[in-house]
Amino acid sequence: MAFSLDLLFEAVLFGVLLGGFYAAVSLGLSVAFGLLDIPYVAHPAILVFGAYCTYLLGTAGIDPILAGLLLTPPFFLLGILLYRFYYETFERRGGAEAGVRGLAFFFGVVFIVEVGLILAFGVDQRGVQAPYIGSSLEIGEFRIPYRMLTAFGVALLLTVVLTLYLSRTFTGRAIKAVGQDEGALRLMGADPVRIKQIAFGIATGVNALAGAVLIIVGPVEPSLDRLYIGRTFCVVVLAGLGSMSGTLVAGLILGITESIVLMMLGASWAPAVSFGLLLLVLGIRPQGLFGR
Amino acid sequence: MPLSNTRFWTGAGIVLAALVAMAFSGINEYVFFAGFVVLQFVVLASAWNILGGYAGYVNFGVPAFVATGAYAALVMFKGLGAPLVVQIVFGAFVAGVLGLLVGLLTLRLRGIFFSIATVAVIFILETVVLNWRFVGGASGLQLSRPGPSLGFESYTRMLFAVMAVMAVAAVGISRYLQHSHVGQGLRALRDSEEAAECSGVPTLRLKLIACTVSGALLGAGGAPMPMYLSFIEPASSFNLSYAVSTLAMPIIGGLGHWAGPVIGALLLGSLQQIVTVTISSELNVLVVGVLLVVFVVIAPEGILGLVKSWKRSSK
Repeated sequence: MAFSLDLLFEAVLFGVLLGGFYAAVSLGLSVAFGLLDIPYVAHPAILVFGAYCTYLLGTAGIDPILAGLLLTPPFFLLGILLYRFYYETFERRGGAEAGVRGLAFFFGVVFIVEVGLILAFGVDQRGVQAPYIGSSLEIGEFRIPYRMLTAFGVALLLTVVLTLYLSRTFTGRAIKAVGQDEGALRLMGADPVRIKQIAFGIATGVNALAGAVLIIVGPVEPSLDRLYIGRTFCVVVLAGLGSMSGTLVAGLILGITESIVLMMLGASWAPAVSFGLLLLVLGIRPQGLFGR
Repeated sequence: MPLSNTRFWTGAGIVLAALVAMAFSGINEYVFFAGFVVLQFVVLASAWNILGGYAGYVNFGVPAFVATGAYAALVMFKGLGAPLVVQIVFGAFVAGVLGLLVGLLTLRLRGIFFSIATVAVIFILETVVLNWRFVGGASGLQLSRPGPSLGFESYTRMLFAVMAVMAVAAVGISRYLQHSHVGQGLRALRDSEEAAECSGVPTLRLKLIACTVSGALLGAGGAPMPMYLSFIEPASSFNLSYAVSTLAMPIIGGLGHWAGPVIGALLLGSLQQIVTVTISSELNVLVVGVLLVVFVVIAPEGILGLVKSWKRSSK
């Protein structure tokens, strides 16, 4: 393929939008894994679950973004329940192999969610309808799909809201502190378990909106979560654990890299990009770009 | 009471002889087709337990090693027309090298970071295979397997017997490692890597040994796959359900003891075969997921732990 500046520019532009989307689907994990150190491998499965819930509300004629917002409170509750369960069975009991079991537990949840979705919806792809899906903004010879712009907008909004929440409110600051020093937090009069529970609820609630974005960007299938294990963990690790603005930057880096590889080598190599980048970061700089 | 070496090997010899004798009897062909998978899981679960159970490093990348074994065997078969034994040895060798490389790359990583890195290996290798014409790329390859040898009635029966030999060998290796200084060192580093390092345990070398041996056995377990199915394609070879089954079996049986994965693989493997035949293959993944979650929550020490506490209370 002939290499041209125009093509490169287009790839970068698409990469930026794609990167915003990757940041949006990774923000919840950035809280749950980045700040709380919980081995939340079920994050992408919950993401896909959120997308299917959006699809269900969509069949009732509800706009996907609105559906995502409506789903946030129930997902917040789901997160609280999930953390409560995790805490009672693994964190509190402790023991030599609590880490192995916690990881195995979330890995088991991945398959339960996945097969549950297959049994409920089948293996076919599902999508949603909205005025901003399928049409594009045309500037000169470039065409920017509105669905990608929507994803990018949601990512920006979520990043700003989460950053403000984590730095301006007492609970937000406590969430940042709980991963670093539980004892000190207790001295400040906050219950670490309650704080973690709220944080995990937020992580899961954000994931509902991210799931809506996922199904806006493209149709989903039950096993889609497997691809997003690489993408979300790549973004969170690259960002340095727990940095929200870092998550946005890391998302952009992944998006642009993937988009350029897509242009130069073709679609069949794209899935390896996120996992390759992840291995590279883990091998060279495990604390990430903006690590503590 | 720990089993003495003589007793263990006498028992293993009897089991092996019985399984091979079965392969020569007139039992329905399907029994061997399903039994192969159960025995394969004995190999895989025992291999996983060396790194996951003894050392506490959770490998999610089992499909990467299984598929590496299978594709290495395929290259031997397609390129050189090599016999089954050579295919298996080569598959184990390549997967062992992969294990060593993964070990070297992830030396500094612990907990979930190690696990996620192993997931990355699956997808990277799958992408390579998807783009590799010689082994069939995305659509896979249909293979015509040679006739059975060694006096077996069918190829499936022969594969069943071969897998039985491998299962006994894998359990033997896993048991040997558990009782050797390697196993002791791995247990020490599982409990506290710093403390082990400070007490003079060569943690780095032991981890690399565990990665290599575990990888080689996983590869050996996957190597007969192309011949077993007469077909190979990336999507099923690299399927993540291998990862969850192989992780669930030692956890359900009991981590850290050689018998745990054997019990888990025999129980869960047979259950999976029954569910696949009577209901559906989707549901068998669900059964594995649910059992895994139930066991880590209710019986964290697995079946071995349940037996131990039952013995204690009945005394």
